[in-house]
Amino acid sequence: MSVTREAHPARRTQEIPEATRLRLFQLQVEIRYCEKRAYDLFLQNLVKGTSHLALGQEAVAAGFAAAMNPDDYTFCTYRGHHHTLARGAPMLAVLGELMGRQCGLMKGKGGSMHLTSVAHGVMGSYAIVGAHLPIAAGAAWSAQYRGTKQVSVAFFGDGATNIGAFHEALNLAAVWKLPVVFCCENNLYMEYTPISAVTAVKHPAADRAASYGLERQVIDGNDADIVYSAARDAFAKARSGGGPSLIECLTYRHSGHSRADPAKYRPKEELEEWLKRDPVTLYRNRLLARGVAEGTLAKIESEAMAKLDQATETAKASPTPAVETAMTDVWADGGNAWRN
Amino acid sequence: MAQLSYRDAVAAAIAQEMRRDERVVLFGEDTAAAGGVFKTTVGLFEEFGPRRVKDTPISELAILGAAMGAAMTGLRPVAEIMFSDFLACCWDYVANEIAKTRYMSDGQITLPLVIRTANGAGSRFGAQHSQSVENWAMAIPGLKVVAPSTPADAKGLLAAAIRDPDPVVFFEHKSLLANKAEVPEGEHFEPLGKAKVLREGKDITVIALAAMVPRALKAAETLAAEHGISATVIDLRSLVPLDAKTLFAESARTGRVFTVEENPRLCGWGAEIASVIQEEIFSALKGPIVRITTPHVPLPAADQLEDAVVPSVARIVAEIRSGLDSRRMN
Repeated sequence: MSVTREAHPARRTQEIPEATRLRLFQLQVEIRYCEKRAYDLFLQNLVKGTSHLALGQEAVAAGFAAAMNPDDYTFCTYRGHHHTLARGAPMLAVLGELMGRQCGLMKGKGGSMHLTSVAHGVMGSYAIVGAHLPIAAGAAWSAQYRGTKQVSVAFFGDGATNIGAFHEALNLAAVWKLPVVFCCENNLYMEYTPISAVTAVKHPAADRAASYGLERQVIDGNDADIVYSAARDAFAKARSGGGPSLIECLTYRHSGHSRADPAKYRPKEELEEWLKRDPVTLYRNRLLARGVAEGTLAKIESEAMAKLDQATETAKASPTPAVETAMTDVWADGGNAWRN
Repeated sequence: MAQLSYRDAVAAAIAQEMRRDERVVLFGEDTAAAGGVFKTTVGLFEEFGPRRVKDTPISELAILGAAMGAAMTGLRPVAEIMFSDFLACCWDYVANEIAKTRYMSDGQITLPLVIRTANGAGSRFGAQHSQSVENWAMAIPGLKVVAPSTPADAKGLLAAAIRDPDPVVFFEHKSLLANKAEVPEGEHFEPLGKAKVLREGKDITVIALAAMVPRALKAAETLAAEHGISATVIDLRSLVPLDAKTLFAESARTGRVFTVEENPRLCGWGAEIASVIQEEIFSALKGPIVRITTPHVPLPAADQLEDAVVPSVARIVAEIRSGLDSRRMN
């Protein structure tokens, strides 16, 4: 499947200010570097358990995050590092969480699949496929009820479109006209099985939009400008009371589903075609073509790497959490007591 | 004091909390305009309007997901799952999402929400609309579990559940809905986690919950009048938090403990209660703790069959007598 052959609505990408473009580039670079570092740390046995990298899907996170207000809500899946970083959660806290350190976002109690940073609007990463779509709708309802003009965004994979929660959330959001944006990152594969092999329609999210009275939107998810413009339009609609949007971003994960998956099921030609459309390279070349100086981009890259190196070393030096903390925060009083 | 039915007491509690806190919202299937299929939310749509009292589609995932999203962003939702059996449709939210998110987020996210649901047998609805599933919820860390037996407690405990900063699963028993009793007028609030000693006796301690409470009380009267057995009866009211101290004190006083549970036998709440009691006050016990439960079968529909399996007053009396007799024979 080639995204270049996919029709998508004309977006006013030419209007994107230069500062925003540089921001889009910076976010993608930081995510790319940080995800690669997460993989390296995994190989060094410093990241335990599992991790689901978003290498190749950076443009979706950058495009959406750059269009969001600081008080908007992000809901992620277990593949949520990129969205968490894009909203501004520090690399140290993200890597620290992956490594199970005291400096982690949740001090080791959540792990890679549950990154949460309420201070940055990241209202959690949810590891049961599709579960967070209704939750995002609920947060949108709360924003609507409180009259805050906040928007809630649920990011999910193509696999989530065949689970009931997807359909229940879309229907409720449409009926209640909720300020929520459902963003499907269609990377063509659920875990190992191609989404096309198990789905009745070609576009697993967009082709269901009409069922909920929503516009069909399929966009190039590897083009940060297009993602940003689509997100901006959807947010404007949500903030003005126009209700939900469903956006299917065509993208590709460069690695397997999780660290245990070498992704051998993917045709070589397909992988090569998508690697040619690497979002970070694509965006870098575009900025150069627009006249941005090589030095400006190189500086963004070297600063990102310096920031990452420092975060990595600090995380490695961070203590592990005190074992007593395994018994805290079951309840709002901070404890775990179930009896007197 | 006013005479209120259990169902009206539920509505009164929600109205009381909605009046005092703008953040409280109520929603579910047929909950708003229709006043609830069990008529437990009558008058709330009229008083508070469609912004705060909402009908949802038949979408249990969306109901609990929306409750969770709203709770973490400043509201205090009261979500209704029509029959407790339907919790199985949205168990991911109960068990994986709502119960665990506070812990996983290291306390960043707090979920002050109530899941109200109609629980229990007696309506001849068969195996998918009659279960008592409070033990399911009890097994999940992060959930508070409440099941009132009287109209006054329905009001006071539901008010407390709504004000509680943690998720509460609130089981309203279908066969108690029509029961009328005195309920305090004006603001009424009963703290969670306090068992209530309803009857003081010297020979045995009977621990019951929800619809089994009135049956245990009747059984105690029969045991006293016809068999000379003097029974303490405790209404547990809340499984989590558990008022273990009251259970220990009352169990130690008589030394003979019986639980009366509507749950099917395996892993009914009484199993945990028995375990906790024997661990802590074993030396005060004069005999085994006896569990009186629904046998380990799905619930049948026919009235004769349903009555045969759910603990009845007669069976409670018989099982207590036989439990005491077997002790004597030893």
